[in-house]
Amino acid sequence: MKIFSFFKKWQARNKDRQRADRGLLIFENTSEVIRAELVLKERGWDIKVMGPPSEIQKGCDLVIEFPLIEELNILRSLKKNGTVPLEVVPVTGPLLTPVNLFQIKDFGDHLMVRAANMKLTVEKSSLIIVNISGGGCPDVPFLAACMIGKSLDNAPRPREIGHTLCGYALDLAFEEMKQKCLP
Amino acid sequence: MLAVVGTVPDLNTPLLDAPVTFEDGKLLVGKYTIAPDRGTPALLMAATRTSQHLGLPLPHAFLIGDEGLGDGSRELYRHLVEVLQDRQYSTMVFHYLQPDVDWHNKILLTIQSLPKKPRLIADAGFMYAAKMSGQATAYDLFTPDTGELAFLADETAPHPFYTRGFILHKENKAPDLISRAYANENAASCLLVKGNIDYIADVDGILATVSGPVEEAMEAMGGTGDTVTGMVSALIESGISVPEASHIAAQANRFAGCKARPTPGSQISELVPHIPAALAEAIAAHSDNGSGS
Repeated sequence: MKIFSFFKKWQARNKDRQRADRGLLIFENTSEVIRAELVLKERGWDIKVMGPPSEIQKGCDLVIEFPLIEELNILRSLKKNGTVPLEVVPVTGPLLTPVNLFQIKDFGDHLMVRAANMKLTVEKSSLIIVNISGGGCPDVPFLAACMIGKSLDNAPRPREIGHTLCGYALDLAFEEMKQKCLP
Repeated sequence: MLAVVGTVPDLNTPLLDAPVTFEDGKLLVGKYTIAPDRGTPALLMAATRTSQHLGLPLPHAFLIGDEGLGDGSRELYRHLVEVLQDRQYSTMVFHYLQPDVDWHNKILLTIQSLPKKPRLIADAGFMYAAKMSGQATAYDLFTPDTGELAFLADETAPHPFYTRGFILHKENKAPDLISRAYANENAASCLLVKGNIDYIADVDGILATVSGPVEEAMEAMGGTGDTVTGMVSALIESGISVPEASHIAAQANRFAGCKARPTPGSQISELVPHIPAALAEAIAAHSDNGSGS
């Protein structure tokens, strides 16, 4: 009985939240949608082709709904197959855009760049990445293990080896740091 | 008993569902040695050292290898739904896991159906899923950093990556963002916000702040938030109220940082050995001052 009443309350409360972790891939034309659907289904992604919400003013009459957290990995697969979407938006807010604000902190011998929830720190004299912090997706500890101890100009790009939106945010911090530190 | 749920960045780590042991300074889950570099292993180490200090049984760990593809997280979610019905944990902390609303909801439903619901703590990816699912209020504690607090406060953001600029830019942000997160029911019963000033808050507002000692370098160090979450989880398991446990953990983390004398290049393993002394100091200070800020 307790679980039943909890479940009823749950259903009422979360009608609109069930798709909160989903994103939409917007393409120029339906042929691209079909190609992208094939590529993503072949790789086992949990996706759905559907009509676009009214807020979306560009692209064709179909969009692909996908697990938003895995945006970085999905975009990499599509790029490999030459089917790059026009835009990627979250279902919860099709007008939302990726974070584009950076916070910079100068520690004297070290410089830290923060993008959204991700922070990357380098030693100024050597340009070695000394720390990565923040984030919550499981590729963050993996990215930290791959990047810490490497210099800014030959560390792997988070965009190339990461998989999630945290990886994407770290890539933005990484690129901003390169702009600030590399000639 | 305290259960810790999370991932490690090593695909060779199978699903581990085992008690933690701590031998010769090494953290073991079953027969696997876990290096507490950052993420859930750092949380687990801090929770273990805190449990030891408080004379509690060491935590039980649910761990699996996941490098971000989410396969490990989903296998762990599946396992939890299967086994939790037969387990009795008094506190559970969920950490670096692939945010997935469907799986989050299945786990929470399973926990809600237990005869006695454990106290629930969420941080990192599982906190993102809890917020996205609309079930934040089912949790006793979230431990966001400042950037994650902005995400909790932005009712439309599905991930910190999509937090809107006007929210990130808010002046005097933490108190405003805390109010906004509670107004939209996107916060747990208690929040421990980790930042330049640590805030402990509930739906009625700020309960306490911790602002010193200050070690600027800790902001850059990976894992300093994980150690706070590990300490607070064990303190809650000891029976201390969630706000008081949060206050002690935030204070102890600062004391540990101070003792470690870190640079922005220091690693979390340099802070961990100072946890027992830092905890003793924070608990003593808390007893002397009562429960205020």
